[in-house]
Amino acid sequence: MSSTSRARLGEEVWKLRTDKINAELVTLTYGSVVAQLCKDLDGDYAEVNKQLDKMGYNIGLRLIEDFLAKSNMQQKCANFRDTADVISKVGFKMFLNITPTIANWSSDNKQFSLLFDENPLADFVELPDDGKAQSELWYSNMLCGVIRGALEMVQMSVDAHFVSDVLRGNDTTEMRINLIRYIEDEMPQDDE
Amino acid sequence: MLRHRQLPVHSLQSSIIIIIVISPRTADTSSLGLLIGIIITTMVVYAVLILNKAGGLIYQRDFNPGLQKLSSNDYLILAGTFHGVHAITSQISPTNETSSSGLEVLESENFVMRCFQTLTGTKFLIFAEPRQQNLDVVVRRVYELYADYVMKNPFYQIEMPIRSEGFDRHLTSYIKPHQ
Repeated sequence: MSSTSRARLGEEVWKLRTDKINAELVTLTYGSVVAQLCKDLDGDYAEVNKQLDKMGYNIGLRLIEDFLAKSNMQQKCANFRDTADVISKVGFKMFLNITPTIANWSSDNKQFSLLFDENPLADFVELPDDGKAQSELWYSNMLCGVIRGALEMVQMSVDAHFVSDVLRGNDTTEMRINLIRYIEDEMPQDDE
Repeated sequence: MLRHRQLPVHSLQSSIIIIIVISPRTADTSSLGLLIGIIITTMVVYAVLILNKAGGLIYQRDFNPGLQKLSSNDYLILAGTFHGVHAITSQISPTNETSSSGLEVLESENFVMRCFQTLTGTKFLIFAEPRQQNLDVVVRRVYELYADYVMKNPFYQIEMPIRSEGFDRHLTSYIKPHQ
């Protein structure tokens, strides 16, 4: 499947097969989850990042089935570059209606970055001015967990983390994804 | 992507399913193009089984009489055995392709079985009458229902047996719409 036909597939699934809800509801719900975590964990932002990632992971384990059923993908990706293309053009398109740019491939084709020109989760957000949040909190960290969980279900162990965020005053919002290995044996995964 | 609308009409043992295919490209413009394909088919599905990626049986349900009743232990053995056979068949592909989808269809005089393995390793088995057509469409739809009503239930534990009323209900209304 070529890159353009993937873009078309993402567009079609988004238009025809996805139930839509108000974007503000999603933004506000996500915002209140993060804000509540920050409060509950007393501003321990490292722990907040971890919890968001864990929640995302549990979403990813489930979301992958919806992704496969709706997109009707039956072919495994030939390589990690294909995987990146599918994540951006089909995955993000059908769930968030955005298409992050793929950039900064490592020479061994095992690491790439997703650059988010827009991020529906972070509309209206300004990080708290407590001197820590700006440097410690990765506000959209749930997305990393979603990708990690979803790829784990299709036999790819990856590490995903943010390296920059416009909320922190960086120029771009960039997520780094690193392929650790392909999982060969099909063992059941534990729910975290 | 095509949108299917199914209108089942019950007549004796068989039903006629009219599929109206609306092309999204023409639907967007003023010239609405309708392609009507009429497929006469018998919707007699005997049973649906779902196997998790380890070969454990997580769902089993009979919809129409025709299959032998097994004890729950035998169903587990059947699932485990099939899982093994499937693993073997995916390894012994006679072509040069490095990977094979493994066993997909099993036909016999009295039934046909369709297996669909998702990329996550979950297997869907459908047993139906030998005349039953379009089983791949049926199995895709069952997968969609599974993705919606099983996986999206936050209290469902992944890889565990499925006890979901919503899934049961939607599956029944899809497979036996006229009853």
